[in-house]
Amino acid sequence: MRMPKLTALLTATAVLTSVLTLAASAAEVHVLNWKGYGADEPWAIAAFEKATGNKVVNDFFNSEQEMLTKLRTNPGLYDVVMINAAFNDQAMAEKLIQPIDVSKLSNYADISPDKASSPMLDHDGKVYGVPWVWGLTALAINEKSFEKPPTSIAEMWDAAHKGRVVIRDDAVEAVQFGAIATGQNINDIKDMEAVKAKLTSLMPQIKTFWSSENDWNQMVASNQIDIGTYWSGSADRAKTHFKLPVSLVIPQEGAVAWLDAFSIPVGSKNVEGAEAFINYMIDPAFYVEWVTKVGAPVSANTKAVAALPEDSFNRKVMGDPEVAKLIQFQAPITDAQREAYLALWQQLKVDVK
Amino acid sequence: MAAQGATASRSGLRSALPLLAPAYLWLTVAIFLPLSAMVFFSFMTELPLSGKPWAFTLGNYAAFFSQSLYLTLLLASLRLGLVVTLWCIVIGYPAAYVLAKVLKGRSREAIFLLVILPFWSNGLVRIFSWAMVLREGGILDTALNAVLPFKINIDLMYSYPAVIIGLVHSYVPYMVLTCYLTLQAIDDSLIEAGRSLGASRLQVLKRVIIPLSMPGLVAGAALIFVPVVGSFMEPRILGGRTGTFYGTVIEDQFVAVFNWPLGAALSFILLAVVLIILAVASPVLRRAA
Repeated sequence: MRMPKLTALLTATAVLTSVLTLAASAAEVHVLNWKGYGADEPWAIAAFEKATGNKVVNDFFNSEQEMLTKLRTNPGLYDVVMINAAFNDQAMAEKLIQPIDVSKLSNYADISPDKASSPMLDHDGKVYGVPWVWGLTALAINEKSFEKPPTSIAEMWDAAHKGRVVIRDDAVEAVQFGAIATGQNINDIKDMEAVKAKLTSLMPQIKTFWSSENDWNQMVASNQIDIGTYWSGSADRAKTHFKLPVSLVIPQEGAVAWLDAFSIPVGSKNVEGAEAFINYMIDPAFYVEWVTKVGAPVSANTKAVAALPEDSFNRKVMGDPEVAKLIQFQAPITDAQREAYLALWQQLKVDVK
Repeated sequence: MAAQGATASRSGLRSALPLLAPAYLWLTVAIFLPLSAMVFFSFMTELPLSGKPWAFTLGNYAAFFSQSLYLTLLLASLRLGLVVTLWCIVIGYPAAYVLAKVLKGRSREAIFLLVILPFWSNGLVRIFSWAMVLREGGILDTALNAVLPFKINIDLMYSYPAVIIGLVHSYVPYMVLTCYLTLQAIDDSLIEAGRSLGASRLQVLKRVIIPLSMPGLVAGAALIFVPVVGSFMEPRILGGRTGTFYGTVIEDQFVAVFNWPLGAALSFILLAVVLIILAVASPVLRRAA
């Protein structure tokens, strides 16, 4: 007597749950992004949900490789994914993302043309990624240690800063930094030996390898470092949000630039919601609030940048045409290159022990 | 008689089965299966999750031998394990002796609590608190300069000693606990007998106390040595540019380049090396114990 009752109860529960799930999933937008990177700001989600009736469900990744794996192993789960433009190619080739109908995005027309037409995002006339924000991996200094900001990357090698230099613990970033220091194209490094020699001579200068924004800010706050590689958005956040004596330096030798874009995974169950979410993410209103409240990289939307105060870092420094001449955008990197870079980086770290 | 005994032991096993099942089920699901998967991965060219074609290979193991880098790091990690274990003995053994033989009642409980306390805090919290203490202008530096008449500059952060300090702090409770158990079990009358027969305190320590507490020392040393050799969190955070060890390289393979096969192969080489060391050491240790 008990068993049939139990079965009936279970069936009823299962049916009810699936009905509820169906009803809910119709209006859910599953977003995959770095944690703490705009798309999961509570005020932004609340505003978006209120305006469109879609519910946002955030999921996060800790590395691009993890993001790709999540897309591969969960087809149909995500509706929006944030992909560094250098990885867009690979995601498209593996058929993880689908073309986006940009006519549905009212803000797309305001994206700066050079970003919108990036060959990393557009394939065969189809748009696979909507440019969102871009930024630099350049140098940042502890203002207390400098009378006037340095202009050259060579400052990192200056004996005066021995033991007070930091660099990120990331093989690709380190190798590309070495390429810039040796005057090479970061996307086509011809003389790897020169890069290795240059980085080898940098190692004795280094205090530690940072891995998070928090590391960097703490070391400046306790006055332990003079100079190091840093991200433009983070340097801005350190200065405006945390009131630290940090300023970004774009060296005359150049800097690495990256572009982050939103894509829609193949099998998305709510393409309409995804389009609405992406459109909201590139909206000037969202961007200005993000910059003011939290600090952010530079929007790819020209109107969004124009909506910032004139003296804001993202408008004044990053919008400077002189800066545009110095930067090199990161192109895709193959897995073989990535492993070779890691091998080189590990060797350097072992040699310094 | 024999048949009866066999039946008894069989029925004993049957009645013990429900008690053993959860533990074995847990071991199978949580340890054996994931580890087997990792062994499997370590022989593959690509992770099957990546959706790329894959094949079986020995290349991941060959990589260890083809590059001197991994061997250098493994030796550095083994050395780190030895140094940390030694410091744990130096600090932990006297503490355990005092706990077991000198202190009684309330004060023993209080000191015991202090020893266990690190276990109750998160490992990362411990490491970051060390970062605050050890850096230049940190708590240690400021405190010493406030007391000492002359100016000294203490900046231990991002150095090899910082890694040792962090690891010793994390692992010394194991040594205290294992040694405490064996020291407590030593009958006080044995020590008194030695003393009354004319042995000095040092002789009693060397001839009675240390030999009898050897099992605890050995167990503690093994408990500490093995995880320290594979540690990566402490070296990465406290070690700065000297903080590259075998464990951090394995972590890089898993996290930074997503090369799980190579990471898994490096882990199993470490496991093999540690097992060989324990096997070689075991006759010596057993005699000592």
